[in-house]
Amino acid sequence: MATELTFDPVRLPPECAALRAEVRAFLREEIEAGTLSPDVGGGIDGAFSPEFSRKVGARGWIGMTWPKKYGGQEKSFLERYVVTEEFRVANAPVRLHFVADRQSGPVILKYGSERVKAAILPRICKGEVCFAIGMSEPNSGSDLFAAKTRATKTDGGWLVNGTKVWTSSAHHADYLIGLFRTSAPTKENRRHGLTQFVVDMRTPGITVNPIYQMTGNHDFNEVVFQDAFMPDDHVLGEVDGAWKQATSELAYERSGPERFLETYYVLSELVRVLGEKPDVRGAEGLGRLVAQLHALRRMSVSVAGMLHAGKEPVVEAAIVKDVGTLWEQKLPHRARDLAAFVEEGAANRASFEQVNAYATMVAPKLTIQGGTTEILRGIIARGLGLR
Amino acid sequence: MATDSIVAEAAARIFRDVCDPASVNRAADEGWKAPAWAAVEQAGLPLAWVPEGLGGAGAEIGDGFAVLREAGRSAVALPIAETLLAGWLLAQAGLAAPKGAMACGPVRESDRATLAKGGTLSGRLRAICFASEANHLALLVEREGGGEAVALLDAGAAGIADGKSIAGDALNTVHLDGVRPVAVADVPAAAGREAFVLMGATVRSVEMAGALEAILDIAVGYANERVAFERPIAKFQAVQHNLARLAGEVAAAMAASGSAAEAIAAGASFDEGVFLEAASAKIRVGEAAGEGAAIAHQVLGAIGFTKEHTLHRFTRRLWAWRDDFGNESLWAVKLGNLVAAKGADGLWPMLAAR
Repeated sequence: MATELTFDPVRLPPECAALRAEVRAFLREEIEAGTLSPDVGGGIDGAFSPEFSRKVGARGWIGMTWPKKYGGQEKSFLERYVVTEEFRVANAPVRLHFVADRQSGPVILKYGSERVKAAILPRICKGEVCFAIGMSEPNSGSDLFAAKTRATKTDGGWLVNGTKVWTSSAHHADYLIGLFRTSAPTKENRRHGLTQFVVDMRTPGITVNPIYQMTGNHDFNEVVFQDAFMPDDHVLGEVDGAWKQATSELAYERSGPERFLETYYVLSELVRVLGEKPDVRGAEGLGRLVAQLHALRRMSVSVAGMLHAGKEPVVEAAIVKDVGTLWEQKLPHRARDLAAFVEEGAANRASFEQVNAYATMVAPKLTIQGGTTEILRGIIARGLGLR
Repeated sequence: MATDSIVAEAAARIFRDVCDPASVNRAADEGWKAPAWAAVEQAGLPLAWVPEGLGGAGAEIGDGFAVLREAGRSAVALPIAETLLAGWLLAQAGLAAPKGAMACGPVRESDRATLAKGGTLSGRLRAICFASEANHLALLVEREGGGEAVALLDAGAAGIADGKSIAGDALNTVHLDGVRPVAVADVPAAAGREAFVLMGATVRSVEMAGALEAILDIAVGYANERVAFERPIAKFQAVQHNLARLAGEVAAAMAASGSAAEAIAAGASFDEGVFLEAASAKIRVGEAAGEGAAIAHQVLGAIGFTKEHTLHRFTRRLWAWRDDFGNESLWAVKLGNLVAAKGADGLWPMLAAR
């Protein structure tokens, strides 16, 4: 076969079962304590919780794959997978630490200076540090290499000027990983000239302006840099060479369970509202959704197994995000169809409608964040040998 | 290398040699079938799931599924899956497998074969694949007065009505009234009708996933060759995105069917976990078969609609196999009912246990 895809039936190893039980016991305690609510989208309002993140850090579940030297537990990527999926399904308020755990920490670990690693990574592991991602700009979204925010060399560091946008959690963030232009692109390589920096958000010259979403929530921000100073040792990796650093991490970002479990509460509320004995239409619709989710999870675990084995399943990861986000995007619409004939006065109808309405408003972003469907299909097409 | 990949390579080589889709498609008649069957039988493929002591090859369950994936990838129009499954069914009851092709059933959920105390069968089984080309039939039957058994019968003794599937393969209604089996043995309840249907559904899921892999390959190859508007159509973004969607369907089919096959190969019993896996696979792979075939035909345009091109050998089998051992809708109702009965809090633990 010319177009070889790999989706082997990887099973999570036995140590994952013990960890899963531990995570569930912890979440049960938190639910009983009222810290989080899995069903009504407790994460909707409680997504940012310093108290919760500190507790998770104390359990050793942030940065758990990192070296002990930097506060990590040296656990496997598959164990981290279990923690991630259990937290997502419980709608746990992980916003403070999740980006640092998934993305920012690993980038710092790989490309950061020793001083930055020693100063920041242990605090991420404790659940004390919130990260934002400063990639998109007003005129540069999917096309990252069009970024214009400039870092200009100065004594002992760099001066940054420009604007980042759609920056989630910037108003909470202690740090941001920014992609800044340090040179012009070359004729041969339009991706040349961008550099990654770890930005301390307390730096003078940084202003964060809120952008409210259609849900009314405040997650997005605009981040304006005016002569903001970055010390030399806050550069991540090679100056002008950020394009070499971005690709392999993306497989982790794209294929994780968070890509199709962000609004899992829709499915559990649907089960509740349909009741123990659904009509044939409800049963069929529910059965299909569960089969599709099972298949997605098995795809995602398969990719996790390849990452764990040190492979770079770039195309498979892109497929998981493409299929997974589209499934989740359709979920509230499908659930709405299936619940249409549930009696008006049924016990769980009001709470179903409430969370489903919320998920309906969340759904459009799922195929945009972390790589749009269109970009992913380009990557898949390249992997298939079409371009 | 794992044994299943060695087996897969050997099976692929044999299928390429004796029944590759292009040659079969060009063949004027069915003269290719007898030598092709002799070759696959010689290699021990159809009786892979029968222990050596019962006349088979004694291969692992996983090896048999590896053969089936290759059979799907080659759109093999021989009763290999049917004979494999029949051999597996006979082995559940400790019955030896005869030489030659077999068919098995029941396939349709509401069909039943009954074995009277006097030792004769009654009933009518629809949609039995390759029954008219089989030497023997292996059937799961209900004993008059209770209990399940496996019955082996001469195909010539049953009334087999002519019929063809959407793929053009034999698909027959089998009339059993008065037929006396050549061998009968009881099966434990754990290896009864439900286990047989889960096994049959997974067999078809694995074959469909193989056929989906093949049509992705065909569609990608065609898109790179076919020039329109002065460039290969693979260079058009609309075509690329269609093929990326096809890859997504293929991926879901591979993951779901591979997972179900592994669950059966690794598991001691057909428990709730295997039910979730096998049901999900039949549903999701069936959906992928419909979506995937549509995309492949769209990419190939008119040529893919012709008899001359091999695409139909795969897509017609995808459409046919969706219906065997329960279609997507039937399995979805069963799975949905199970999920509803377990309740909202039972769903995630069931999924995460896989």
